[in-house]
Amino acid sequence: MLWEPDKESIQEDDLKQLQLERLQSTLYRVGTHVPFYRKKFAELRFNHDDIRSLDDLQRLPFTVKQDLRDNYPYGLFAVPLRDVVRVHASSGTTGQATVVGYTKNDIKTWSNLVARIIMAAGVGSNDVIQIAFGYGLFTGGFGLHYGSELIGASVIPISSGNTRRQIQIMQDFKTTALVCTPSYALILADTMMELGINPNGLSLRYGLLGAEPWSERMRQEINQRLGILATDNYGLSEVIGPGISGECLECNGLHINEDHFLTEVLDPLTLEPVPEGEIGELVITTLTKEAFPMIRYRTRDLTRILPGTCPCGRSFKRMERMLGRSDDMLIVKGVSLFPMQIEKALLAVEGTKPHYQIIVEREHHTDRVTVLVEVTEALFSDQMKKQQEIVGQIKRRLSSELGVGIDVKLVEEKTLERFEGKAKRVIDKRSY
Amino acid sequence: MLTVRNLESGYGRLRVLKNISLHVRPGEIVAIIGANGAGKTTLVHVVAGLLASWRGELLFAGADITRTPAEAMAGLGCVLVPEGRQVFASMSVEENLLLGGTALRKSGGSSAIKEEMERQYARFPVLQERRSQLAGTLSGGEQQMLAMARALMARPRLVMMDEPSTGLAPLIVREIFSIIAQLRAEGSTVLLIEQNARAALEIADRGYVLETGKIIVQGKATELLANNDVQRAYLGREQIG
Repeated sequence: MLWEPDKESIQEDDLKQLQLERLQSTLYRVGTHVPFYRKKFAELRFNHDDIRSLDDLQRLPFTVKQDLRDNYPYGLFAVPLRDVVRVHASSGTTGQATVVGYTKNDIKTWSNLVARIIMAAGVGSNDVIQIAFGYGLFTGGFGLHYGSELIGASVIPISSGNTRRQIQIMQDFKTTALVCTPSYALILADTMMELGINPNGLSLRYGLLGAEPWSERMRQEINQRLGILATDNYGLSEVIGPGISGECLECNGLHINEDHFLTEVLDPLTLEPVPEGEIGELVITTLTKEAFPMIRYRTRDLTRILPGTCPCGRSFKRMERMLGRSDDMLIVKGVSLFPMQIEKALLAVEGTKPHYQIIVEREHHTDRVTVLVEVTEALFSDQMKKQQEIVGQIKRRLSSELGVGIDVKLVEEKTLERFEGKAKRVIDKRSY
Repeated sequence: MLTVRNLESGYGRLRVLKNISLHVRPGEIVAIIGANGAGKTTLVHVVAGLLASWRGELLFAGADITRTPAEAMAGLGCVLVPEGRQVFASMSVEENLLLGGTALRKSGGSSAIKEEMERQYARFPVLQERRSQLAGTLSGGEQQMLAMARALMARPRLVMMDEPSTGLAPLIVREIFSIIAQLRAEGSTVLLIEQNARAALEIADRGYVLETGKIIVQGKATELLANNDVQRAYLGREQIG
């Protein structure tokens, strides 16, 4: 079923005309209302009138996450704050967070786009949707919530965590569709097994999974163990949150909502388009956002555009599920974090050395991050109490900085490997 | 139905339209709103072939009309209801309608014209009452109706209306707009140019906001009505804060 059949099956010519119109007015608005873009356009001697075809997009400047940080909190908003009805932020509770805003129209657009994705995943107005994504500053919970309500499904806004209660509610409320991260779907399966609950006895039929990378193998496992049909959906808060793209029941790539987002796949080094169908970094330009338009936002997510048309009837092109990152960002329990954030927190603690290593593992489908930190010799040979104090201090600092719990181990000076040139700070032992 | 891409035009050396792109799909009412001097009339004049485009593409029902002269446009099914009515004042209502039906004569003959005229009288009963009256003696609202009826006589595929509400009392404006909404219900396609943004957006499916020769916002009419910039600039919302 298509939520907006006329739009989701739009002809290529009509789509291109619509995209061009929307791009032209978006460029006018950012060039007029956002000082950051006005300055960038002036530097490039670019006039928004110069855009005459979608190919001219390549003349536009990129936007990167650092630009969002530099303009913290509201610098990139294209409307006055009084027109903003909602503010979300990416993970990070300090000045490192990136802040995005929505007007009333943006919230409507967002709901509508997520509704398309929910319908594409097989879910409809008769479903009972359990949303086990976090609500709050994270866009995942609210995005899926709005879309689910819009299609007329029954929404259970349970939010994340408390696995046993999730299962209890799933049984009692007869949940038919589950929204969560792929790894959490497996945690639910594990816990059910522990509790002796047979998933086949549940009403669960569909899973809308996202917010972290996963694999086809993981999908098979989830489908099998929970007795559902799991689909992938993709989004990031800087662009809109969930609602950028999602899989249909063909489970062969995520349809991009192309009438609202222009996408490019570029070589992350040369920033030139990759040959059609090859892997590169996904770059997104918003076409309808009012409060927070983004021009050529570098997502750092690696993907490729799949060839051919989809039998589902949607004409929007499909991207492959996220294949990795073109930077060192880690996604842990659905939260994005950068080694730099950890380094900053460590340096604020006395007695630590600027040598550390981050180890990411997955145990029982739960991500675990351990930071190994070198401490001064004096401290290392000191009494346990002092060491425990330091560990506690670092842990508190990291958890308030990153919003996710991290283990800390102290190691002796000079025990961590030294690198010439670019340090390999992260050891990611997870396999998907 | 109509596709405009990167259109530029103006008068003499004055560039009025700067890179305009828009489209109208069959069965839609599309409103173009904007202040005086934004370029709204210039835009429909270029589409109607009354003014040459400097640059850009114009497509009507799939055919390139960039160089099509005004007199050929009605034959293609694209008619303009000009601003300020411009009815033939010294001719009767019926004579005005007959003139509007010129394009029909070739295709359907006089019976088609007769049939079409009856349809217009049914749509605008007041015109039937005044069929033999001189157009110049009609009220402003009646003249607007006559201008619309005259345009519709050609059985157009696209009706472009330039400021139908100009100089009319609010009650008459409401009547005119309900007739435009009625046209859509009958399957006509309408491109509506209006300064009266609220009235236009209330009956339109989509809209474009034109400001100093550029489209600054576009979208569903309901979205534009809810857009704060549009509200402040064109819908007369009280400035808060």
